[in-house]
Amino acid sequence: MSLVTASGLTKTYRAGDIDVPAIKGIGFAIAPASFVAFVGPSGSGKSTLLNMIGCLDHPTSGTLKVLDTDIATLDRKAAAKFRGEHIGFVFQDFNLIPVLTVFENIEYPLRMVQEWPKDKRREQVLRMLEAVGMADQADKRPDQISGGQKQRVAVARALVSNPKLVLADEPTANLDHDTAYRILELMKKMRDEFRTTFVFSTHDAKIMGEAETTFILEDGRLSQGGSHV
Amino acid sequence: MFDILAIASRNLLRYRRRTLLTLLLIVIGMVAVLLFIAVAGSFKSMMVGQITDSVLGHVQVHRKGYVASIDSLPLNLNMRPNMLARLADELDGNPAIAAWSPRIKFGGMYSNFAETTSIRINGIDPAREAATVPLLPGRLAEGDRKAALVERGQIVIPQLLARGMKSQLGDTVVVVATNKDGSVNGKTFVVRGILEPISGPGGRDGYIHIEDARELLRMGEEQVSEIVVRLKDFSRIAQTGAQLKAAVEGLTNKEGKPMLEVHDWTQLSPFANIAKMIDLMTLFIKIVLVSIVLVSVMNVMIMAVFERIREIGTIAAIGTPPSRILSLFLAEGLMLGLVGTLAGVALSLAGIFAINVWQPTFDFGMQKGLVMAPAIAAGDVLTIAVLVLVVAVIASLQPAWKASRMDPIGALRHV
Repeated sequence: MSLVTASGLTKTYRAGDIDVPAIKGIGFAIAPASFVAFVGPSGSGKSTLLNMIGCLDHPTSGTLKVLDTDIATLDRKAAAKFRGEHIGFVFQDFNLIPVLTVFENIEYPLRMVQEWPKDKRREQVLRMLEAVGMADQADKRPDQISGGQKQRVAVARALVSNPKLVLADEPTANLDHDTAYRILELMKKMRDEFRTTFVFSTHDAKIMGEAETTFILEDGRLSQGGSHV
Repeated sequence: MFDILAIASRNLLRYRRRTLLTLLLIVIGMVAVLLFIAVAGSFKSMMVGQITDSVLGHVQVHRKGYVASIDSLPLNLNMRPNMLARLADELDGNPAIAAWSPRIKFGGMYSNFAETTSIRINGIDPAREAATVPLLPGRLAEGDRKAALVERGQIVIPQLLARGMKSQLGDTVVVVATNKDGSVNGKTFVVRGILEPISGPGGRDGYIHIEDARELLRMGEEQVSEIVVRLKDFSRIAQTGAQLKAAVEGLTNKEGKPMLEVHDWTQLSPFANIAKMIDLMTLFIKIVLVSIVLVSVMNVMIMAVFERIREIGTIAAIGTPPSRILSLFLAEGLMLGLVGTLAGVALSLAGIFAINVWQPTFDFGMQKGLVMAPAIAAGDVLTIAVLVLVVAVIASLQPAWKASRMDPIGALRHV
């Protein structure tokens, strides 16, 4: 059974009077606990696709199911709830909250989204800090740690609420190659440890080799690893 | 809720200078309002107290048409003994009334045997008068304040008259008056006291014993010009005054028409208009405070939302419900209001305390060297504090709503 399935998926943006197709009728399936990359040049539709899988955007047509939920049926509030319960996000620019410490950034989804009890929260955050190797940096603010460390914290934040799926849009774009590989290794390790599906996008051909399943997007179409309507 | 307030506090501290400037505006506004209320309110209370407790009383009762009469002190509109008796029963039976005092008021001529001038005279029952307007004996600039205000054959004159006529304590003077029939009569008095002046009607009046007034005016019966009433609770004058008015104006003559009319001090003294102006200025300064808080908090919150668009996108993307994002920004406004309120109240109370220690004096009209003693009621402080908090939250509402409705994708792309 697939975690994510898409068929005949399209997304068209309106720019003034012109329709700009970003995704052009694609289909694919992503298995649970897999390590998947969507690869393609800038403007190929990677971010648009990840936004739709992450319930941040609705398809124009076609079907996209995440955990058997048709995301087109979710309104703003339901989509936020769905994301909070099932999906973790890792961003290209890390997007840590600057006024919170490393510990508090990781704790945020449990504190402000899922409202876990304090003791349970602390236990889970400490576990994640250990898992990403940041236990000794827990009290630091984001501006006191390196880019690689920030992304480790972001991975921990994405995983802390035990989501089924983590989406990472260009997670290594702002990191040097060594750090980028270490982050990918960390994500794989997390996948193995927590059985979480990782879906990431990249335009870096070297990075894509780390994925177990690769979908290549070109101009809104899948040229490898999917189907077309 | 604690989590939201904790994060809101951190966000406010992120831009310390801006937060401090906004807080400073709120604090200055609060201090200005509370000090104004304390000083102006105390001035108003003091002046009202001076006027009501030394001259006018809280409420006055006259025969119908007396106050509106074209004559300033008409003797033909005095209350007759039967009216007075019925009114006395009504007043004695009213539990809201602390004391009442009859007066005969008339105009006369005052002579020191060398010069003559006009004078307004109040014929009073000294014991009742002291109970009804208790600050009157305290206005004696010269003469024994502890003794009865006037005995038979004595007169208390205003300072202005004493200076003009070069009258001193113990001098024998003559008061000449015309009664309602046009008959002129004179009587000698000994100057027993000299009253310091007070602003408003009655501030330059002289006082003699009521029996002397009847004798001077050759009254065949016990008439009075007015009854001055002191209430037990001045703060309830609107309610008690209305009840008294209904009761007294219910006393009718043979034709079934009201015999008497009731006026409270606000209808008898021009200072009531100054008091109304103070209330209006207080309202105006409250509006200024609301504007300061509204504009400063709204400005800081709009900036906060604008500068944190990506952050809002991030927390929205990871599943923070829109209502919680709204709460986060409302909490920032609330915290600004709360800290500003606490600091404003503390500084204001310190300022009021300092003025009371300093005891500055001021002059008002005829009254010199009045001591400023500002005080503020807990209710006023609470009202202003709640007002600032509510306005701070309202000012945050629009930016907070905007943040909560932000599209996560657009927000995450924001540079």
